[in-house]
Formats: sequence, C-alpha cells, structure tokens
Amino acid sequence: MLGRLAAKRLLEIRQVFRQPPSQASRSFSTALNYHLDSPDNKPDLPWEFSEANKSKVKEILSYYPSNYKQSAVIPLLDLAQQQHGGWLPVSAMNAVAKVIEVAPIRVYEVATFYSMFNRAKVGKYHLLVCGTTPCMIRGSRDIESALLDHLGVKRGEVTKDGLFSVGEMECMGCCVNAPMITVADYSNGSEGYTYNYFEDVTPEKVVEIVEKLRKGEKPPHGTQNPKRIKCGPEGGNTTLLGEPKPPQFRDLDAC
Amino acid sequence: MGVGILASRAIRPASRLLRSQTSNLSLRTIVSKPELQSPEAAAASQPAEPPKNQILPPRNPVGGARVHFANPEDAIEVFVDGYAVKVPKGFTVLQACEVAGVDIPRFCYHSRLSIAGNCRMCLVEVEKSPKPVASCAMPALPGMKIKTDTPIAKKAREGVMEFLLMNHPLDCPICDQGGECDLQDQSMAFGSDRGRFTEMKRSVVDKNLGPLVKTVMTRCIQCTRCVRFASEVAGVQDLGMLGRGSGEEIGTYVEKLMTSELSGNVIDICPVGALTSKPFAFKARNWELKGTETIDVSDAVGSNIRVDSRGPEVMRIIPRLNEDINEEWISDKTRFSYDGLKRQRLSDPMIRDSDGRFKAVSWRDALAVVGDIIHQVKSDEIVGIAGQLSDAESMMVLKDFVNRMGSDNVWCEGTAVGVDADLRYSYLMNTSISGLENADLFLLVGTQPRVEAAMVNARICKTVRASNAKVAYIGPPADFNYDCKHLGTGPDTLKEIAEGRHPFCSALKNAKNPAIIVGAGLFNRTDKDAILSTVESIAQANNVVRPDWNGLNYLLLYAAQAAALDLGLIQQSAKALESAKFVYLMGADDVDVDKIPKDAFVVYQGHHGDKAVYRANVILPASAFTEKEGTYENTEGFTQQTVPAVPTVGDARDDWKIVRALSEVSGVNLPYNSIEGVRSRIKSVAPNLVHTDEREPAAFGPSLKPECKETMSTTPFKPVVENFYMTNAITRASKIMAQCSAVLLKK
Repeated sequence: MLGRLAAKRLLEIRQVFRQPPSQASRSFSTALNYHLDSPDNKPDLPWEFSEANKSKVKEILSYYPSNYKQSAVIPLLDLAQQQHGGWLPVSAMNAVAKVIEVAPIRVYEVATFYSMFNRAKVGKYHLLVCGTTPCMIRGSRDIESALLDHLGVKRGEVTKDGLFSVGEMECMGCCVNAPMITVADYSNGSEGYTYNYFEDVTPEKVVEIVEKLRKGEKPPHGTQNPKRIKCGPEGGNTTLLGEPKPPQFRDLDAC
Repeated sequence: MGVGILASRAIRPASRLLRSQTSNLSLRTIVSKPELQSPEAAAASQPAEPPKNQILPPRNPVGGARVHFANPEDAIEVFVDGYAVKVPKGFTVLQACEVAGVDIPRFCYHSRLSIAGNCRMCLVEVEKSPKPVASCAMPALPGMKIKTDTPIAKKAREGVMEFLLMNHPLDCPICDQGGECDLQDQSMAFGSDRGRFTEMKRSVVDKNLGPLVKTVMTRCIQCTRCVRFASEVAGVQDLGMLGRGSGEEIGTYVEKLMTSELSGNVIDICPVGALTSKPFAFKARNWELKGTETIDVSDAVGSNIRVDSRGPEVMRIIPRLNEDINEEWISDKTRFSYDGLKRQRLSDPMIRDSDGRFKAVSWRDALAVVGDIIHQVKSDEIVGIAGQLSDAESMMVLKDFVNRMGSDNVWCEGTAVGVDADLRYSYLMNTSISGLENADLFLLVGTQPRVEAAMVNARICKTVRASNAKVAYIGPPADFNYDCKHLGTGPDTLKEIAEGRHPFCSALKNAKNPAIIVGAGLFNRTDKDAILSTVESIAQANNVVRPDWNGLNYLLLYAAQAAALDLGLIQQSAKALESAKFVYLMGADDVDVDKIPKDAFVVYQGHHGDKAVYRANVILPASAFTEKEGTYENTEGFTQQTVPAVPTVGDARDDWKIVRALSEVSGVNLPYNSIEGVRSRIKSVAPNLVHTDEREPAAFGPSLKPECKETMSTTPFKPVVENFYMTNAITRASKIMAQCSAVLLKK
C-alpha cells in the first residue's frame, strides 16, 4: 500500500519535470533579475531622452513635489521604454536614475518589480494574451498556442524580422469579451505608441490581426465580433433600453 | 518501493514472538490532542488566569541594556505578559518587550537599521487586536497588554518559520553559518517539528560581490538587512531587492563589487548563510573557536574586536559592541587582515654577516652584539623610532632606554619635527567619536576619514543621515559616501575662511555645534604651525571651542600615535636620522630607509619582515598585537588594552621585554622587571594610559598656545593614505588585502 503511494508520488514529481518550462515557471517578466551584458545592452552605451521627450519629462516631473522626484520613476521608465522600441536597456534605467536623482539600484528595483517593464528585447508589436481565469476558460490557451505556432517563436522570444513577440498578461478587465489580446505598438516611437485591446478573438482572427499588422495596417481594435457593440451582447442590449425613471417623490428640479 | 516495504515492516512486528509481547503495548501512532488542533481550543483548555494580587518576579532588560528616557514625563506604561514596564514614548512593542526581559524572535529587525517589518517573525498577540501584531513596527501605546507566550503568538511563529524554511535549501552541513545561524536557533526554539512542503524549492543564482563577501543567494530569506545596511550605514546604494514574490533576489543588478570599506559587516548582519566571509569559508565551525576580546590596531580608532582562534592560528576577527567607538561595525581592513599574521613573520634573532646575508643566532648573541655596538657610538648619534603598531609599554621602555643612553632622539612614526605634544588638545579628537553625533556641521581639513579612520567616517555618515548635518571638505578630490561640499584643495581656502571671505563662513557662524576635523597628515608639512594656528583662529572666531562643546578635532593615523605623544616621543631635530650611527627601529616600516646613512648600525625589532628589515644589521623578533598584552590609546584619548589571543611565533618576545633585556646587556638597567613596573613608570609620565577603558579629555584649550608668526605655503594638501588596504606591516603581508587592493580600489 505504501509502495503504491510512493510510486504515485514519484510519478507526480516526474510529471512536474516533464512540463514545458514556460508553463512550469510562469514568469511574466521578459528578463532575469540580474543583468547580463550584451552588445546592445551595456551600461556604458549612451542613452538619453529624445528632444521631444525631454519636454514630456519636465511635464511628468511637474506632477510630483520637487523634493520627491523619485515618485516619477514609473512614468519616466514607461516613456523611456516607448522611446527605445518597447524595452529598457540598462543605460536607459541609468538615465532615468540621473533625472530623478536617485541611485540606479532604486530604479532597477522598480523595473524588475513590474512585469510590464521589458528588460529584454521585444518585437515592434508586442502581443500580450490575457491568461487569467475568465479568459482561460474561454480558450486563451488556444489563442496563445495559435500565435506561437503561427509566428514560430516561444513565449518571450522575438521573431526574426523583429516585428512580433508574444507574452502573457494578467487580467485586463475585458472578461465579458474574453478571450482577448492586447497589442503594444512600439513601431512609431513614443509619439505613436498605442496599447489597444483586441477582444472576442478566435485563433483564426488573431492570426488575421497579426498579418494585418505585419503589412503595416491598423486593424480596428475593440471587439472583433462584428455582431457585438463594445461589451454589449450579440443582437443589441437587452437591458437598460430606456431612460431611468425619475424618483417617486417630489420633483427635485422644480425648486 | 523498498521504502514502502520497510515502512510497513516497521508497523507490523517482525516476529511472532514479539507479537505476543506487544499485545500489551499499544501501537505507537501519532496522536493529536484537541489543544493542538487550533489556537482557540488551546486557549480554552488553558487554566484560568493567575490571581491579580500575585507578585511577579522582577525582570531585567534583555542583555543588561539600560533604558534612556529622553523626557521622563513622557514615559508610558505597557504590560508585557502581565508585567508592567515603563518605556519612553515612541518605543516599539518589541523594544518594550526587551525592556521587560522578553527576547522576541526576529530576522529583519536590527536595532541600528530602519524598520522593515517584512519577516513577520516578531508577531505577538496584543489584546483587543484582531490579528497578531508585528512588534518591531507597532509603536507601544499606553496601557497596551502585550502577550508573547500565548498559543496565537506561538502558532504565528511556527507558521512564519514554516514559510521561511519552504524555499530554504538544506545546506546546514555545508553552510558556514551553521552553529551561529539565526534561522537554526529560532527554528529550534520557535519552529514546529514538521513541515508540509512537498513542491520544488526555488534556487537563485549567486552574485559576485567581491573577494570578501561570499554569496549563496539560494539561502537568502529576503530580510533586506543588507540592503538597509548598505544604503544607511555604509552610505553606498549598491544592493537592492530585485524581482517580486518568491523569485525575489538580493543583488546589485549590474555586476558591481562591494567596494565600501564597511562591506564586511553584512556578513555579521545576514541572519542566514547567504552572505558569509569568503576568506573564512569552510575553515572552521564557530564552536571550535576560542574568542578573545581585544582591540584592533590597524588604525587610530581602536575598534573593539573579538579574535577567534583555533589553537595557535587566528581564524577570524569579529566586531564587539562598543557604543562609543565603533558601535557594532568594523572596517574591512580590521576584519580581513588577520591572514597577514601568518606570513613573513620574524621568528628568530638574526645578525647580518659580513657577506650581507642574515644568520639566525640566539638571543644572547644578538643582544650582546647590539649592546657592544651601542657603546661605540656617541650619545646623540643614537636614534630610536617606534612604529605605528607599538603599544605604550614598549614605547615607554624604548624612550627610557634611549634617554639613559644619553640621547634625546626617540620618536614615533608619523610625528614629524616640531609636533607639539605639550597640550593634549592639539592631537586628540576632542569631541570624542560618539560626540560627533551631536555636530551639525563638519569641516574636514586635509583628511579623508573614509580611508584614514573608517569608523569615524561611519559616525559622520550616521550624523549626516540622522540630523541632516552638512559636511565641507578641504583637500585633494576624494569620494565620500555622504553629501560633501568640496571647498578647495589647500591652505588658500583655509586662509579665505579665516579671513571671512569664503561663502562657507556664514554656514560656520550659524552652526550650533560645528566640528572641525584636521588630519594628522598635515603634521608632516613644513608650514604645519601656520596651518594649525589658522585652523585655531577659525575655531576661535566661530565659537567652536566652548565649555560645553569642543569641536576642534585632530584625526590621528596610527594606533601608536596618541600614546606616543602622551609619553613624549617627539622628534626634536630634523637631521637626527641623517647623522645617526645607531638606529633602533621598533616596528618602524614607514621610515625613509634611504635617509639612514650607509655606515649606521640598524637594529630592527618587529614581527614582520616588511620594508625596513632589508636595511637592518640585527633583527630581533617581536610579537604582534594578537599575541601580547599592550596598552593603546585611540585618537579620542580612550585607553584600551589588547589581550593575547594566540601564542607568539618562534622565538619572538614582547617588545618591551626585548628593550629591557637590551638595557641590561648595555649596562643601563632600567628600574622595572614586570609589566606592572612598566605601567607604574607610565603612570608617572602619562597617568591616563593606566586608566584603561576610560577617556581622558584634554585639560587645556587653544588659549594657552603661543602665537605663530609663520605663513602658510600654497602647496595643496596631499592624500595621506594611498591604498586603504595596505597601510601597515600586517596588511602588507596579507593575501586578502592584496586581493582587495587589486580588485576593489577605485581606479
């Protein structure tokens, strides 16, 4: 009896090893928690905000008290990421540290905490598939495998032409329109940066969107189900059809 | 499969014979009682509270600590396990429990660092609180009833320990922290004996922090003590917590070595074996070591250390608590230069033959030769130089001996001609190291405390952080681990400040407690008198020296300097060395050997074959600071004694005993034969050197000094310490220090 229990447990442990690494570790971040030098990501490569972005930086800093410049670290890192084509090299993080006058390690701490700060290269169109429960039960795993198969990459990798990369994302609040993907568009720098949701997707639809993006078109975002309007049901709303009834007591507008 | 059969055999008795006997014995299975199932059931089954009029035994604070009430009217009363304690307002629950004698387990809380509150091991039950409270962060409120030994608190500790051990590797046999590990001790005392974790443990890649700190980051429990230490006490913001959740890693993100001079202290701070001492890795377990409480002599601070030795070998050096001098920290040089004590040691007396090579001889022969030669030279051609690691006893005996031979040329390294030893205030840190915490403005003149006296620098850093004190610096460009304004590089800036023309003067006038720290490197300049009198005029003009606050400080460089100046070992004439025919170097390695004439007879008495040995004619081996009992005075005038931890090497003897024996052989018998005799002789010269563990402040102030007519030259100040890791004979012989200076110095 005990022998059988032990054998079953051994099998369970073996199964954990057999699972594909991407699903077993489920890390959302694109890079490791420590930096490895590479030819395009080194601390001594110069990086600074573009001229247009420098005025945006001043504007962002004006939102926060002048002795708490550190509070601006997240918007500035976001701006730096958009400027650099979707990811943050170490030199960009150092530049942000200089702007907000803190030690670089404090910026590294923030950048590694948030999974949306990509510290490794991503494609010009970074496709993020929501993997949380409502989307998952509506088939987001199929969406993801369709994307990965079509593009021929694994999660976190960039395609050879540098255009696409796929990642997993947390719930983005479109549970009524599940499953959905979002496309972070880094192809036009920080001026043309968009972050659009494509909801109610199917594995075929999502491949269509990818091909449209590859041609440089802008597919319509929002729900991809032509029969729905935003998050309403197919065939139009069934509730909230009229104006709300006035209160039953005296007419407030009269006084 | 085999395990299952063995297990089932254990349950079923193997033979029939036993079976008949075991029918009386009940099957020993694991039994659970209702009290163990839930804390509420346990609380219900406890007996009623003891009667209110029961007199509880008195309790002492943990570790014999004393509580300081800043405002006695503001004391509040809390109840810890039924015992009432009075604590100052602002104390946390953990501190209140410590006053009551209850030591609450903790990992992330450290009394000298900011509060983090992330380990949750300090959870205690507070009445009327819906959940257990993190005692390290919760301020104690009046009338709070704190309970630390209830089932809720115990279950909380067991739970936290279970979580901490979930991802902790099973490294105890190979981990250096075993035996002194907080995690081991607290899991034995507060953890449960069983765990429920059956998943995969996470592992983390090791980071390279340098040749001193070994990292095994898988063992890290993310208490962030090292992060807070690096940014608060050491002043370098290098370490951080990267990532999130169970994948959090402590690191520097980009590969950066810990170049701070206080980096070794993270080894003491880390509660587990994640950060350990790389030179001490795998060398010894802490229960094999004998700890000897002694004093460090690598700089003039006199940090309190504990030398851990195993047999005749010093295995490691650990700091001791001394609130006034070094708190709980020591610099890297203090901590890691012990391996120099094993290399290049002089063990036998040697005489240089006619062919230039050294020959080992007996003590009798060596002393006879020296005693012979010393009578063949004229009195004023005898010169004695004490080294930077000499203790007060040996310097006293050397001075007595040289004086009795008719010469006045005996001085200590680092004190150039004309250094004034009459008034003690002119070479001591008059504010005292702990008094620096009350300063609100620092003016550093020609001194880089980071490399000269790392503990004084740590104190300045603490003051800057706590009360936002301002620091201004005059000297060559150097880097500081706090915000420091670089006013200038030389005497010109001093002149401007003295004449009131510099913009800094207004800050100086408005400061309530200004502190001026002058480096002893300036003592070697020819215009020293002019510079020091300018500094004193600045002090006079800005009310730096007052009855209640003396802010004029001098930072000495060597451990022996303060005692030497107290005993009167000063250089009277500049040409004494050039015209010497007999030179007695007692551990003096920084002497310019080229200045010694070619026909002079040099005797070197020391413990390492460093630089001056190569010029010596006779070598007399002496014992190092870990092997002798010696008195040292630190830069603030605090007298301390070293204690011998290990036996000395070969035929070496104590310094003072060698000179006493030499005096016997030379016919000028000195009137003492024991260390008590030497000490009573010291008492007649400088009585403060006999009062150990006491600080003797200077008696008179600058008003007694005669006026100085010289002018300052314009040469800018030079850095005094070129290489922090190689400043004395022991550090120059140390392999670890060589590695550090190759890798960690800022290029």
